[in-house]
Amino acid sequence: MEKKHRILVVDDEEIVRQSLLAWFKEDGYDIDTAENADAALRLFETGKYSLILLDIKMPGMSGMDLLIKLKEYDPNAIIILITAYASVSSAVKALKSGAYDYITKPIDPDELSHIVEKALYQKNLEAENVKLKESIDEIAKPDNLIGESHQMKEIYNLIHTVAPTDTTVLILGESGTGKELVAKAIHLNSKRKYFPMVTVNCGALPETLLESELFGHEKGAFTGAHYRRKGKFEMANGGTIFLDEIGTISNKVQVELLRVIETKQFTRVGGSETISSDFRVIAATNENLEELVKEGKFREDLYYRLNVFTIHIPPLRERVDDIPLLANYFLKKYTSSMNKKITGMSDEAINFMLKYKWHGNVRELENAIERAVVVCRNDKIQLEDLPFKVSNNKQWNDVEDKSLSEVEKRHITLVLKENNWTISKSADDLKIDRVTLYNKIKKYGLRKPE
Amino acid sequence: MTEITIAPINFSNPELIDKIIPELKKILAAPTNINPLTTDLSFAYSVERRQYYSTKILQYLLPYSEKLTGKFLALVEVDLYIPVFTYVFGEAQLNGKVSLVSLCRLHEEFYSGITDERLLIIRTVKEILHELGHNFGLIHCKDWDCVMHSSLGIEEVDIKGIDYCESCKSKISF
Repeated sequence: MEKKHRILVVDDEEIVRQSLLAWFKEDGYDIDTAENADAALRLFETGKYSLILLDIKMPGMSGMDLLIKLKEYDPNAIIILITAYASVSSAVKALKSGAYDYITKPIDPDELSHIVEKALYQKNLEAENVKLKESIDEIAKPDNLIGESHQMKEIYNLIHTVAPTDTTVLILGESGTGKELVAKAIHLNSKRKYFPMVTVNCGALPETLLESELFGHEKGAFTGAHYRRKGKFEMANGGTIFLDEIGTISNKVQVELLRVIETKQFTRVGGSETISSDFRVIAATNENLEELVKEGKFREDLYYRLNVFTIHIPPLRERVDDIPLLANYFLKKYTSSMNKKITGMSDEAINFMLKYKWHGNVRELENAIERAVVVCRNDKIQLEDLPFKVSNNKQWNDVEDKSLSEVEKRHITLVLKENNWTISKSADDLKIDRVTLYNKIKKYGLRKPE
Repeated sequence: MTEITIAPINFSNPELIDKIIPELKKILAAPTNINPLTTDLSFAYSVERRQYYSTKILQYLLPYSEKLTGKFLALVEVDLYIPVFTYVFGEAQLNGKVSLVSLCRLHEEFYSGITDERLLIIRTVKEILHELGHNFGLIHCKDWDCVMHSSLGIEEVDIKGIDYCESCKSKISF
């Protein structure tokens, strides 16, 4: 269990002490407060503090003198000075005397929290590195990244390999296969996990808003820009930026992205200051980027910049072993949230799900189970609860009424037709070898249509 | 089951509440009751800062929660502060009954001049769930996908999740 940090707030103003006490309690820290230097020193003698927030101007011993005294007791103490007056000279003096940082009242909560988090993060790093080494054999993954098929195990191995590095990752896969979950798993297993993974849905971003969205804007940058605003790249500082649907972006945006990914620097709209941000890039697409490059729709240089380490997520129909696992996970999720008592799924429903093509992949399966939980009136999900027009599905009705050999014949015919009678691809889909497929074609007297 | 009373105070746009509540109910598994209030908040106004002192409003609201067995969350449109900070999105009693959320800085117009009602609703739901979480005893969560992650700027409200993580969820008892 993570150790709670102790923080000491030293300020002569009761209202400041109480405000900071309440604020840090919400963060789960152990807080003590002191109204002057004497009280602070008494508390300091009773035990170590991870961090001390110290008001510079106090009656009696000043904050600056107390800082020097505290540093004598504990040279590693992290002390952040607070004052109502910002002046360069006092800031420089404070930092020279060993203060970690310096902040002025009224405090921007964002600024205070980031300074405190950064300070404590550094303190934690050593212990964290030890923990990381200990847990290297297991990867953390989002709850809903599910699958025990050999394809998913291979993906977990790839996540395990690439996560601790800062390598750019390109995730490929059809819509609904869980590309964002894989990105999340990479983020959660990296040293960046305490910083955010910021998702940019490139497909949903109108080009007119893109610059401001990605790079932020300064106050007054355009009509209505009343406040400074950080962009997605700035928010991803320390963490990961996930560029989803990267194949949809315009050429102009591709140029901008390439520049920022290469330099890790940008300016906010309407600003002149160069902002640096330390982010890792994970991109994803359901499009064939190589084809787009050939067609001149995607820049080759950006493609090579992104395509450093590729993870391909197979469609759900190619990992049928995972369907029952996923279906049960979603069943549990929705029965719990809808407070319904459904214990499982009928064999008929499961068999149907195993054979269904799931063109919308895991997302379609989840929607199907959610819908089934809504309409289900039994203790088990029935076939008719699933959102497919089974009764109108001639293929399914036919299958139900015929012998096993007839089912096999029809299924092989269907797969051959889907693959334009390409034997090797059909054999792959059927998970049999080509010789067996030829034998079955011969057995059932199947012929390629003229 | 714990009932949640949502009290919009001096709300100029009651229709907005009708849009926020269904979104809130998608996540909040507790009965919700709307109780609009009209009351003078000038006692909490700081002329110097042109903002309202949120702790004072919270204290003022305590009697409203006395007869309630559940939680009482007030929604205001005014800009809130606590003296040491430039602003706050809201405030809550940790392990208490009363909390407060301001919509003032949740409007996209506030930052970019662009009206985005959908975004406002999502941000408001997040902040309501966040402050209620404190009422239920939750502290800030390190998981960025959890609504209990601290949000120190509007950008952080936008990137954090809209639901409690499994760990926080397990600690809430409705």
